[in-house]
Amino acid sequence: MTHDHEPHGEGAQRAERIERRWATLSVGIVALLIVMAAFAGIHQATMPQPVLETADPRTLHIAGEFTEANLGSSLEPDGSVMVRAIGQQYSFTPACIVVPVGTPIAFRATSADVVHGFLIDGTNVNVMLVPGYVSTIATRFETTGERHMPCHEFCGTGHEGMWGRIRVVDKATFQEMATRHRRLSCVDQ
Amino acid sequence: MLTSKRLILAHFWLAFAAFAGALLLGEWQMFIRSPLHAWISNPEWYYRSVTGHGTAMAYVLPTLVAMGFGYFITEAALKRPLIGRAWAWVGFGLAVVGTITAVIPVALGAASVLYTFYPPLVGNPFYYIGVVLVVVGSWIWVALMSVNLYRWKKDNPGAAVPLAMFANVAGSYLWAWTSVGAAIELLFQILPVALGLRTTIDAGLARVFFSWTLHAIVYFWLMPTYIAYYTIVPRAIGGRLYSDSMGRLSFILFLVVAMPIGVHHLFMDPQVGGGFKFLHSVFTALVALPTLLTVFTICASVEIAARLRGGRGALGWIRALPWRNPMMLAIAFSFVMLGFGGAGGLINMSYQLDAVIHNTQWITGHFHLIFGGAIVIMYFAIAYDVWPHLTGRALECHGLIRAQLWTWFIGMMVLTFPWHWVGILGMPRRMAYYDYTDPALAPQANWVIMSVIGGAILVLSGILFLAVLIRGHRAPQIDPGPYRFSVAVHQPRRVPVALNSYGLWLSLMVGLTLVNYGFPILHLLTTPGTDVPAITVGAQK
Ligand code: HEM
Ligand SMILES: [Cu+2]
Ligand SMILES: [Cu+2]
Repeated sequence: MTHDHEPHGEGAQRAERIERRWATLSVGIVALLIVMAAFAGIHQATMPQPVLETADPRTLHIAGEFTEANLGSSLEPDGSVMVRAIGQQYSFTPACIVVPVGTPIAFRATSADVVHGFLIDGTNVNVMLVPGYVSTIATRFETTGERHMPCHEFCGTGHEGMWGRIRVVDKATFQEMATRHRRLSCVDQ
Repeated sequence: MLTSKRLILAHFWLAFAAFAGALLLGEWQMFIRSPLHAWISNPEWYYRSVTGHGTAMAYVLPTLVAMGFGYFITEAALKRPLIGRAWAWVGFGLAVVGTITAVIPVALGAASVLYTFYPPLVGNPFYYIGVVLVVVGSWIWVALMSVNLYRWKKDNPGAAVPLAMFANVAGSYLWAWTSVGAAIELLFQILPVALGLRTTIDAGLARVFFSWTLHAIVYFWLMPTYIAYYTIVPRAIGGRLYSDSMGRLSFILFLVVAMPIGVHHLFMDPQVGGGFKFLHSVFTALVALPTLLTVFTICASVEIAARLRGGRGALGWIRALPWRNPMMLAIAFSFVMLGFGGAGGLINMSYQLDAVIHNTQWITGHFHLIFGGAIVIMYFAIAYDVWPHLTGRALECHGLIRAQLWTWFIGMMVLTFPWHWVGILGMPRRMAYYDYTDPALAPQANWVIMSVIGGAILVLSGILFLAVLIRGHRAPQIDPGPYRFSVAVHQPRRVPVALNSYGLWLSLMVGLTLVNYGFPILHLLTTPGTDVPAITVGAQK
C-alpha cells in the first residue's frame, strides 16, 4: 500500500510481497470452499426445500392435509412413500412413524403450536417445524431398525420428553400393512 | 491520558459479575443433564437457568466488555478525555437497569424462553424490556464512539486514525446495524404480544429478523479479541505489528461481510427458499477471509517478537517466545481454540454438512469453544493488560495469571471436545434430561461426564480470574506510565481515505443486508396466513 511514511526499505517491499501472496492464497481457499458447497448442492440429494408453503395451526385438525386421519405414512402410486406428521407440545403425531427400507420417502410436517425440531438419528433428516409453515424433506433409509426422532428445539418445559421414533421395516411388511390401512404408523404393524 | 477510569471499571465489573454468576449456572446445567444426576423433578428450573446463563453470557458480558474497552481505547488511543462522559454513565445505567429488569422475571420462572426467545413462545414482557434497555444503553455507546472519532478527526485533519480506534468504531457500527434485526423483532413483534396488545405473531418472520442479529453478533463478540490481537499482543510480547493496513482491511471486511449471511442459521427452516440459503452460504465463506488475514498478520507479528529476542530457524524461533508472559499464553491458547473452532465452523457453513449436526449438541460445543474459549480468553488478557492503568496498582501475580489461563484452556478443551462428539452421535440440544439407560444414548453417558469435569475446571479458572482482579485493587500503587498500543513495523502517518473512514463500507454493509434480507422479509410480510397464535410460556395447556 502506498503510505506516505518512512522511505520504503527493501524489507518493506518484501513484507508486502509475502502479505499479498498470503491474501491471494486466502482468497483461493475461500473460492474453493464456495465451489465445493455449490458442487455438493448440485450433486447431492439433500437440498433445502425450494418453495414456501403455509398451514394454519388453528385449523390443522379440521381441514387440509394434516387432519388426524391423514397423518402417517402412505404408499403413493409411483411406489414412493409420503409421510405426514405434526409436532405439538410435547409429542409428534404419529409418535412412531413406520417406513419401508430402500424406498424414496418424502416428509411433510408442520407444528400445531410452537417451534419444534425434527431430527432422525444417524440420518440427514433434520428440519425445523415452524408453526404456520410446512417443512418438506426427502430421504431414503438403507437399513431396517428403529431410530430415535427427538425434537431438537426448545419448545417449552416438556421439551426434554419429546422423543418420537421411526421404524424402518422391510418392503414386504410395509406392502402388507398398506393393503390393510390407507395411513400407517407403528401401531398398524 | 485516562480520565474515565471509574466508568471503564464499572463496565468491566458488571460484565465480569454477570459472567461469574452465569459460569456457575453453566456448570450446574451440565451436571443436571449428565448421568451424574437423576431426573430433575422440575425441568422448568433447567430452562430458567439456560435462559439466565445464555442472556448473561451472550448479551451482558460481551456488550459491557465492548463498551468498557471502547471507552478505554477512545482515551488511550486518541490521547484525550472522552467526550460525553455523562452520557456514557446514562448508557451504563440503562445496562444495569436492563440487566436487573430481565433477571427478575427469569429468576421467577416467568420468562424461560431461552436467550433466542423464539416466538410464538412468549414470556413475561419485562424480560424483553430488560434486553431492549441493555441494547439501547449500548446504542449510546455507539453514538459516543462516533462523536469522539469525529471530533478527533476535525482536530487532526488528514492524520491516520489509530488502528485500535479505527477497529473499535468499526465494531460499534457493526453492532448498531446488527442489533436492528432483534430490535425490530422485539419491538414490533414480541412486545406487542407480551403486553397483551396482540394475540398472533409470524414465527417464521421473527426467526428471519433474529438471524439478522444472530450471526453478526458473533463478530461483535470477537471485536475486542481481534483488537487485542492487533493492537495489544505484539507490544505485550515485545514485538511489532506486521502490517497496519492488513488490520484495517480485516476490520473493514468484517463490517461488510459479517452482516448479510445470517440466513445460514435458517438452513433447516421452511420459511426461507433454497436460493437465498445458497446466497447466504456463499457470503458465509467470505467471512473466513478477514480471519485468515488476521491469522497470518498475527503469526508474523509474533515471529517478529521471537526474532527480536534472538530466535532463529524456520520454526526454531517458537522456542524464543516469551512463554512465561501471560499475553503470550493467552494468544497461543486463543489461536489453538480458534483453529479447532474455525474447522468446526466450516462444517456448519455448508447446508449438506449442517444437516448432520444442526441443533445437536455439536452446536453448543462449537460456540462454547469459539466464544467461551478463543474469544473470552482474550477478554481475560485485555483485563490483565489494562487493569494496572485503571487501578494505578500493579498486577504482579503472574503465576496465578498463568494458572488461570492454563486452566481455562484445558477446561475448555475437556468441556467442548466431548460436547462436539455427542452432537455427532445425535444428541439434541437444550434438554433438561437424557435417558442414558436407553441403549442408543448409553454411549454418550461417559462423554457428558467428561464435559462436567471440564466445566468444573472452568469454574475454578473463573474463580482465579476474579481473585487476580480483586488482588489488583489491593496491590501497592505504581505509576504504570502512559498506555501503549502496538507499533507497526512500518507505522503509517497517513493512510488512504478508504482505510481511514467508513462511509463506503457502511453503505456496502447496509446495501448488502437489504439485498440479502429484503426479499425474504418482504416475501413473508406479503404472504397471507403466516400469523399464528402466541403461546405463553409456563401456561398450562
Ligand atoms: C465464558 C464461558 C461461557 C459462555 C460465553 C457460554 C455461553 C452460553 C450460551 C450463549 C448458551 C445458550 C445456548 C442456547 O440456549 O442454545 C449457553 C448454554 C449452555 N452453557 Fe454455556 N457458556 C459458557 C460457559 C459454560 C460453562 C463453563 C459451562 C459448563 C460446563 C456451560 C454450559 C452450558 C450448558 C449446559 C448450556 C445449555 C446448552 C443447551 O441446553 O443447549 N457454559 N452457554
Ligand atoms: Cu422440543
Ligand atoms: Cu452465524
